[in-house]
Amino acid sequence: MRIPCPYCGSRDSREFVYRGDAAPVRPASDLASDNADAMFDYLYLRDNPAGQFEDLWYHAQGCRNWLRVTRDTITHDIAGAVLARSGRAA
Amino acid sequence: MRYSILQLARQALGRHRGWGPAWRDASPRDGYDIVIVGGGGHGLAAAYYLAKVHGITNVALVERGWIGGGNAGRNTTIIRSNYALPGNEPFYEWSMKLWEGLEQDLNYNAMVSQRGVLNLFHSDPQRDAYARRGNAMRLHGVDCDLLDADAVRKMAPFLDFDNARFPIQGGLLQARGGTARHDAVNWGYARAASALGVDIIQNCEVTGFVRDNAGAVTGVETSRGTIRAGKVGLAVAGMTSHVAAKAGLRLPIESHVLQAFVSEGLKPLIPGVITFGAGHFYISQSDKGGLVFGGDIDGYNSYAQRGNLPVVEDVCEGGMALMPMIGRVRMLRSWGGVMDMSMDGSPIIDRTPIDGLYLNAGWCYGGFKATPASGWCFAHLLANDAPHETATAYRLDRFRTGHMIDEKGAGAQANLH
Amino acid sequence: MTTQPFRIANGGLIDRSRTLSFTFDGKAYVGHPGDTLASALLANGVRLFGRSFKYHRPRGVLTAGSEEPNALVTLRDGARAEPNTRATSIELYDGLIATSQNRWPSLAFDLMAVNQLFAPLFVAGFYYKTFMWPAKAWEWLYEPVIRRAAGLGALSGAEDPDHYDHAHAFCDLLVVGAGPAGLIAALDAGRAGLRVVLADENPQPGGRLLCDRVSLGGVAGPDWAAAAVAELAAMANVRVLTRTTVFGRFDDGEHGAIEQVADHLPVPLPGQPRQRMWKIVARQTILATGATERPIVFDGNDRPGVMLASAVSTYCNRHGVAPGRRAVVVTAGDSGWETAADLIAAGVTLLAVIDTRNVVPDALAAPVRAAGAGVIMGGQIVAAKGSPLSRVIARDAAGASHTFSADLLAVAGGWNPQVALAAHLGHKPVWRQDIAAYALGAGPADLRAAGAADGVFGLAGTLASARAAAMDAIAALGGSAAPAALPQADETPHGVSAVWASGPCSGKAFVDFQHDVTAGDVTLAVQEGFTSVEHLKRYTTLGMATDQGRVSQVNGHGLLAAATGRALSETGTIRARPPVVPVAIGAFGGHHRGRRFRAERHTASHGWAAARGAVFVDAGQWKRAQWYALPGETHWRQSVDREVSATRGNVGICDVSTLGKIELIGADVGTLLDRLYINGFAALPVGKARYGVMLREDGLVMDDGTVTRFGPDRWFMTTTTANAARVMQHVDFARQVLWPEMDVAAVSVTEQWATYSIAGPRSRDLLAAALPDADLSNAALPYMGAVGLRWRGAAARLYRLSFSGELAYELSVPAHRGQALLDHLFAVGADYHLVPYGTEALGVMRIEKGHPAGNELNGWTTATDLGLGRMASKKKDFIGRIMAERPALIDPARPRLVGLRPADGASPVRAGAHLLRPGAAAVAANDEGYVSSACYSPTLGMPIALALLAHGADRHGEEIVVHDPVRGADVRALVCDPVFFDPDGERLRG
Repeated sequence: MRIPCPYCGSRDSREFVYRGDAAPVRPASDLASDNADAMFDYLYLRDNPAGQFEDLWYHAQGCRNWLRVTRDTITHDIAGAVLARSGRAA
Repeated sequence: MRYSILQLARQALGRHRGWGPAWRDASPRDGYDIVIVGGGGHGLAAAYYLAKVHGITNVALVERGWIGGGNAGRNTTIIRSNYALPGNEPFYEWSMKLWEGLEQDLNYNAMVSQRGVLNLFHSDPQRDAYARRGNAMRLHGVDCDLLDADAVRKMAPFLDFDNARFPIQGGLLQARGGTARHDAVNWGYARAASALGVDIIQNCEVTGFVRDNAGAVTGVETSRGTIRAGKVGLAVAGMTSHVAAKAGLRLPIESHVLQAFVSEGLKPLIPGVITFGAGHFYISQSDKGGLVFGGDIDGYNSYAQRGNLPVVEDVCEGGMALMPMIGRVRMLRSWGGVMDMSMDGSPIIDRTPIDGLYLNAGWCYGGFKATPASGWCFAHLLANDAPHETATAYRLDRFRTGHMIDEKGAGAQANLH
Repeated sequence: MTTQPFRIANGGLIDRSRTLSFTFDGKAYVGHPGDTLASALLANGVRLFGRSFKYHRPRGVLTAGSEEPNALVTLRDGARAEPNTRATSIELYDGLIATSQNRWPSLAFDLMAVNQLFAPLFVAGFYYKTFMWPAKAWEWLYEPVIRRAAGLGALSGAEDPDHYDHAHAFCDLLVVGAGPAGLIAALDAGRAGLRVVLADENPQPGGRLLCDRVSLGGVAGPDWAAAAVAELAAMANVRVLTRTTVFGRFDDGEHGAIEQVADHLPVPLPGQPRQRMWKIVARQTILATGATERPIVFDGNDRPGVMLASAVSTYCNRHGVAPGRRAVVVTAGDSGWETAADLIAAGVTLLAVIDTRNVVPDALAAPVRAAGAGVIMGGQIVAAKGSPLSRVIARDAAGASHTFSADLLAVAGGWNPQVALAAHLGHKPVWRQDIAAYALGAGPADLRAAGAADGVFGLAGTLASARAAAMDAIAALGGSAAPAALPQADETPHGVSAVWASGPCSGKAFVDFQHDVTAGDVTLAVQEGFTSVEHLKRYTTLGMATDQGRVSQVNGHGLLAAATGRALSETGTIRARPPVVPVAIGAFGGHHRGRRFRAERHTASHGWAAARGAVFVDAGQWKRAQWYALPGETHWRQSVDREVSATRGNVGICDVSTLGKIELIGADVGTLLDRLYINGFAALPVGKARYGVMLREDGLVMDDGTVTRFGPDRWFMTTTTANAARVMQHVDFARQVLWPEMDVAAVSVTEQWATYSIAGPRSRDLLAAALPDADLSNAALPYMGAVGLRWRGAAARLYRLSFSGELAYELSVPAHRGQALLDHLFAVGADYHLVPYGTEALGVMRIEKGHPAGNELNGWTTATDLGLGRMASKKKDFIGRIMAERPALIDPARPRLVGLRPADGASPVRAGAHLLRPGAAAVAANDEGYVSSACYSPTLGMPIALALLAHGADRHGEEIVVHDPVRGADVRALVCDPVFFDPDGERLRG
């Protein structure tokens, strides 16, 4: 598998560390509200789709950027990747 | 027809024309007391124990392809009960006890072979962790031995003791562990369940759930029509999220691919199951002579039933580091299965928030050894609406309450377990 | 030395001027360069090569290639013995030693052949129906017998003495197979300027051009192939890999290929790998892998002397060997007639050609009739008899029986395109009735098949097919080409019919030769309900032999389809999985074995430590000094006790360079650290360090370490050795994914600094002598203070931190100066009785101080479990804050960190032991916790331990049973505070 790193170019997946689904968003760091349910959801529950998917890869042996990769979980086809810090993939 | 050597001889005289189908290839009826979705080992075992233990025979098992075609027929066939945590150990030991009487119970030779499972350790902290695990097993009444390097050398003189990057210090041995013939387990349960009246319905894919006004599940929609059910049990590990989503459930599960490998046939070489403690590699030898081995999951979410080269190399590096005699042995075939990787590495056998829908899932890469107990406990849950005493920890809400069963201590990231 | 009675006088691609000697089962033979072991043995009149898996039937050679199921031998001897090697793929070399397998006592007389008597019992799946009583007998009786009988060859059990290389290649186009299709495709792409890799499993490119009597543009096949290869070899943009089998196709154009660099030599040359694994990333792939001929299922079809027709042609035309004297050909298509012509040309007496069809092109039949051979159209093969083959029984269209006294039967059952590589990524082959075979359907965009691999079996058609595939690939790559005209080739007839079985198949009619699966087994499996191709395979083992069904699978599916009344398009076929041919495990492992299994990381002073007698321990990939043995110390405890006492008494030095180090820069570092740690950092003054605890988002402890602030925007974090990479990843996750708006840059500097802990009551004195310019007073550098300074002109950092509980410092210099710093410290340190200490003494001192380390930061503990809960800030959010409040994680009954000391003051307490109340039965319900770390404390003069004990914080003073049944008897211990030594921390502030 080759990951199209926006910074380094097409690289072997051996250079990357995988995290998982990019969709969950960490609840706001708000001391006042009780967001335990939202945190539980963020941390544990997954859509786990069979098909198109966005996942997080860390270019540990490259530029050390976290990437958001658009990938199909059935075919492994990769449509593209963006730096995670730049927000959602188009 | 009962299987035995005498029956075999009798049939041989008749050129084997007398054998009937091992199980009835049933067509769906309108409704059943219980419908089990998934014709893997767990589903088949649950159907069998529903009929055998609980007397519930108005049961259908629906399978989208052919029974035993998923992970039940695509694994490395290891059986063991060497867990550290109290949520796991009684369950897996119950499974081991069921394995020990399985063939006589099913009248099917599943080749349950208790030739031992040896987990090697390579450092003092690892030794202490194995001691902790071994002591926990002893507290649960399960035998095991902590071996030193000399004892390991006697069992497996072919290991690399002299030139290793991570020298072998010893191992934790469960002598009762071993292997079983995976396909035979599936067919044995199918045959026995069918004989007790269970309908095994192949090529029948569940496409949705029938719900009543209160939202309870009262049946399944399938590619072969609607089937009403008093209760529906899901045993579709690998595809759990996909099927559960049809009922609107989101689960603490990700699907990952695990590869495994078999070599060409060789004369007997490896005594039991051996696992490497300084890399991802475990190995046994099948009765046919092939070395059966595997390692870590590929690590990325996948439903592809195939993997990539990095893990193949990683596994073989471990193999060569551990037993450099296998360098000239050829890998014959690899395969990939899709695992339900749960968020703590342990399974779920529980009711769901939806009435009438029950879940058996999250087996990670360890489902095969659990087959008998998983079926037993799932049948118990379906029959009694209460968990079996050995499976009380496998609750779906444990992630919410903090009662994770995390053998590795890896935390809420599925691919780390 | 014998002659070669079956060697043809002329022709073929062998060098008759040179003779190679070899032995098979100890008997000496000769052959020639260009021979395979199989062809050389056939030349010597050897017919019997091996025994089958189950019935131990005598077997000869079926094929002439890598799909061979029968002729498996053990090649070489000693540690280089290589079981299950296909005689058909072994290049002959001088001195070759081969041995037959799976027979006892000899190949000709195999006692295990008694199994054939039990054949009526040994049907498909018989073992599932018996061997069940008594249950215990499986392991000691049935299974050992079965295991000994099963298996093929034996492994030596010795370490593989050869090594294996890995190589990477990137190309525009990978062409798999260098037969006529592959050569045309590679030439077209190469001439168009593309980067091309052409790989072929054989030592010599050419494929069937070397085996069939064909010509292109008037040039003989082998000569045309040689010229094509010469042109390719001259192109800088083309790499031709011979003896290289592409065995797998993976995501994004990655292909695995195995190059047999030295398998054709007795031993690899010095420094030469035995094999090289290529990982080839290709933008486009052309499968020019050809097709494999399939046999026909009939009684006795496994007897030595029954051979695939294409193999017969190969032996005659390429190897100059007549595989028999008197031959019969049975064919389901046109190609068998070419073999008939080859046999005539080779001087073999052709008795008859039996064609299952009613019509054959005159051009094919004429030479056969002219040679006086019989022709039976619409005929059937009924049985082969004799071992080796002596009689062939056939039936003509009218039903009359014909018996031929033949020693060779060439079988042409049709052709299976080799498209397994395409299936690796999930593209299923589809049934094509026109060629009676499965072939590539709508394939992936980056792969196409050409020639026979695409079901095009005639030579002219093959060339055109390859041209078309090459043009498609070139276009897909954005290139263009104006190719030269294709060489003129005869369009050979290539009609075929679908024939799976023939005759009654009432005896031993084999579908899978190696695994002894018969037509009757297929029937029985269907009768018992195993009607899917997967169930059939698993129940009968059809297709699971070393050829992975290349020879057997389609016939098996044909029989299944017939038995179940389905079409082959409905039964489907088995999904091919890598590797296409079996590949040595050593080749996948490459150089990563023995001491090179994983990289070894050494700190700057590794050599210095080794010279000082250090024993090293693995800490992840690092090697750390565990203790330094002095002359006369015979037990590690002597060294460790001395190091601890010397450090607590005077001063010791420990290399802590392996701790993870992260430099953080930016306006928002303080805010980020507040989110990463449970305690507050934003207000940390410049010049100060602070201990911090980091949680995972699930509320359990991830790591601990210190953070030092060197400037308003400049911070420095340390991690544990084990978690260095993980924490770096975590920091990057936090600053890039969770809070990208924060102004924080972070970089790992673990390797940049060499860091030494200097601990003990005289550490200040030592440093004052070593760093005369530094102000080390409590006022200038208090406990948890830090200062940047320069040492010998380079940046250095001095921290007043203590893990040992002593007055202590950590001193960092650029890594390349680490050795010089140590030399300097020891030069001035002699006056202070300075000793080096290792990780074992470090561990003892941290246990004495009750500091949690890796054994306690084990992924199961909360901050509160470790007695660190009070550090958690209530005034800010941090990672793990919310989930740490879940009921099970705040349960007061959770195991909490305690100290243990033996009740008798002497008995050792071991880590990994469990804890029970005195008098409680040793059962899981009474399990109250476990010992996490243990050591002998020379300071206290007794063994001590840290443990996690239910309600532990409330149980100091209680007696507890330390239960360690896997290692020894129970020990009584007293629960105490985890801090054994200097609980008020007076020494470290001194």
